[in-house]
Amino acid sequence: MDPKQQKVAEVWERETAIVEGVDISGPWNRMFGQRVIWDYTPNLIEEIAQLPGGESFAWCYQCGKCVPVCPVDLVGDYGPRKLYRRAQTGISLLDSPDLWLCTTCANCLRVCPKQVDMIQIMPAAREQALLTGRPVPAELQEALENTAKYGNPLGQPARKREAWVKDAGIPVPILHQIQRPVEWLWWVECYPSYHPRGIDASIALARIFHALGLDFAILGREEKCAGDSQRLAGERGLFEMLAEENIRTLSKYTFQHIVVTDPHALNAFRKHYPKLGGQYDVWHYTTLLARELPKLQPLLTKPLPYRVTFHDPCYLGRHNGEYDAPRQLIQALPGIEFVEMLRCRENSYCCGGGGGGMWLDSFAAGHQRRRLSEERVLEAVSTGADTLVVCCPYEVSRFEDAAKSTGVEGRLRVRDIAELLAEAMGLIGEGAA
Amino acid sequence: MTIVVVMEQVPDVAEELAIAPSGTDLDRDAISYVVNEYDEHALEEALLLAETSGDEVVAIGIDATGELDQALYTALAKGAQRAIKLTGDFEGTWLSTRTAARLLAPVIEELAPRLVLVGVQAPDDLDGQLAPTLAALLGWPHASVVVGSELVNGMVRVRKELWGGITMLLELALPAVLGIQAARQAPRYVPVSRVRQVMREASIEVRDVEVTSDLAPVPVRLRFPEETGQAELLTGSASEIADRLIELLRARGLL
Ligand code: SF4
Ligand code: SF4
Repeated sequence: MDPKQQKVAEVWERETAIVEGVDISGPWNRMFGQRVIWDYTPNLIEEIAQLPGGESFAWCYQCGKCVPVCPVDLVGDYGPRKLYRRAQTGISLLDSPDLWLCTTCANCLRVCPKQVDMIQIMPAAREQALLTGRPVPAELQEALENTAKYGNPLGQPARKREAWVKDAGIPVPILHQIQRPVEWLWWVECYPSYHPRGIDASIALARIFHALGLDFAILGREEKCAGDSQRLAGERGLFEMLAEENIRTLSKYTFQHIVVTDPHALNAFRKHYPKLGGQYDVWHYTTLLARELPKLQPLLTKPLPYRVTFHDPCYLGRHNGEYDAPRQLIQALPGIEFVEMLRCRENSYCCGGGGGGMWLDSFAAGHQRRRLSEERVLEAVSTGADTLVVCCPYEVSRFEDAAKSTGVEGRLRVRDIAELLAEAMGLIGEGAA
Repeated sequence: MTIVVVMEQVPDVAEELAIAPSGTDLDRDAISYVVNEYDEHALEEALLLAETSGDEVVAIGIDATGELDQALYTALAKGAQRAIKLTGDFEGTWLSTRTAARLLAPVIEELAPRLVLVGVQAPDDLDGQLAPTLAALLGWPHASVVVGSELVNGMVRVRKELWGGITMLLELALPAVLGIQAARQAPRYVPVSRVRQVMREASIEVRDVEVTSDLAPVPVRLRFPEETGQAELLTGSASEIADRLIELLRARGLL
């Protein structure tokens, strides 16, 4: 520090301060001096900004635009501006619970004039915390260990990944069995392969693909988690390991495009697999089905008397720019009344599952008034909707749990778009063939 | 000074197990392996001890699966300084605890550690014989079911679980062998990037060892537990369920 400045600081920090006859003695009199700046070291900001990916943390100029759009702030006390301010006043992000609360939803980045980018900052800071041996919340540790061991965060055996197929009621070709080129390789992902409600949507989607006569196949037991959320939770090494294995597996087969159930997989394939040598033409299933609407529309014969609203997944909407395809599909459903929630499209709320949040619910509960998913189901109910439509596999279980815990269970059903389409096609539900 | 941790890989019971056609062993090609959970705790306890004492931690294991490297690299990534694997023509077979102890003892002796930590038991050593057998072969004191340890004044002070939540505090002269039930804290997480870095930079020392005939029991037959009885779920209204319950209890002469 410049000794002259030090002097200034000394002069300004007075025990008794009288300004224009008013006694303003007290710690707040420092507000009038330069000392308030020199009090703080930039070290804890630098600690994050010097990490590859963490640079933009230092660009924040405290305008505060990010805080009101941050979904975590709505139920807690959060947002990039606050993290910066805390680092400035001596709280290291690496040692703070704040490190694990960001869902990387990207809503702050949308409004930030300085491009402070939590999508880069968070994985960098979390990786640093992991590498320096700082403790990891237990449920996240378990999900990461499961992913490393079994290729999925649920800790399910790899060979069971294709077990859902036998309940599909239609043939679901598996590449290691059929050994022929296909047009669409369907990347099913973990929750749609193992979680009971995820499997419901997978079966619905398989039947839709089948009804459309799509030439598709899945990888089954050879597929491993695409790894995007683990990467955002700070496990870049695990992500790279999974990506290398997946790229190797994909190189064994011939296909033209990949269709994914999971927007997180979409994000990984679009933005991160190419850097590791995996270049694919990747589609989210809603985009593919919207393109197939001319063929799909005549098959949607059963009216569904529901009032529905739609939750934009962060990794489909804000991260990958797809807002319209899901809406086109919903609007194609006969008998449906569609209402938007106040927070929709670019400003959509977050279910809390992204960026590792899927495995941090109990941890986050200690720092939030209510879960993000609970906040969201209450918003859905407030529109008068009886059905919350989703198209990300994290969401069905998250929102169903949230509907239970907020007591709106009987008033709100949660359905994947694929489930509603299949229902309108008579492929699932009452009277299904 | 040195602390040795013994790491063993065991069949992963989360996956489906299969019995080999011989009927005396698991089908080693059809199963996958994980590090014995208690060995993870032994490693954690060793690392915690070493953090205060500055000892060198050496992870050692018998490579009966051909896949032990992964476990040893992980131990190195977590903070062990050296890793040694014992190889021999036993790969793909099951070694009795007694045989394993005989293979490990001379290598451990040569390392002259002041402490040896092993998991208190393993799925193939439910009676927890590895720690006491090693201690007997080495002629060192031993304590098992250890849930915490501390090096003080040239001794090791350990907390050992007895029963019903009762624990006892013991002091053992060094060198000593401990069977670890639980480390003081949950085993630490090591990111995959650290493990991958270690795999590029560190190396595992390999020792060829030979199995000598032993008094170990020989497996005659291995089998899955037979399914016994099936639960019946009663459905219907509360009074229907109650009626059915009474009927069932009467049929068994309990009412
Ligand atoms: S919007 Fe950007 S610059 Fe403004 S306070 Fe938030 S992070 Fe800082
Ligand atoms: S990415 Fe989302 S959760 Fe994270 S700080 Fe920004 S707005 Fe909040």
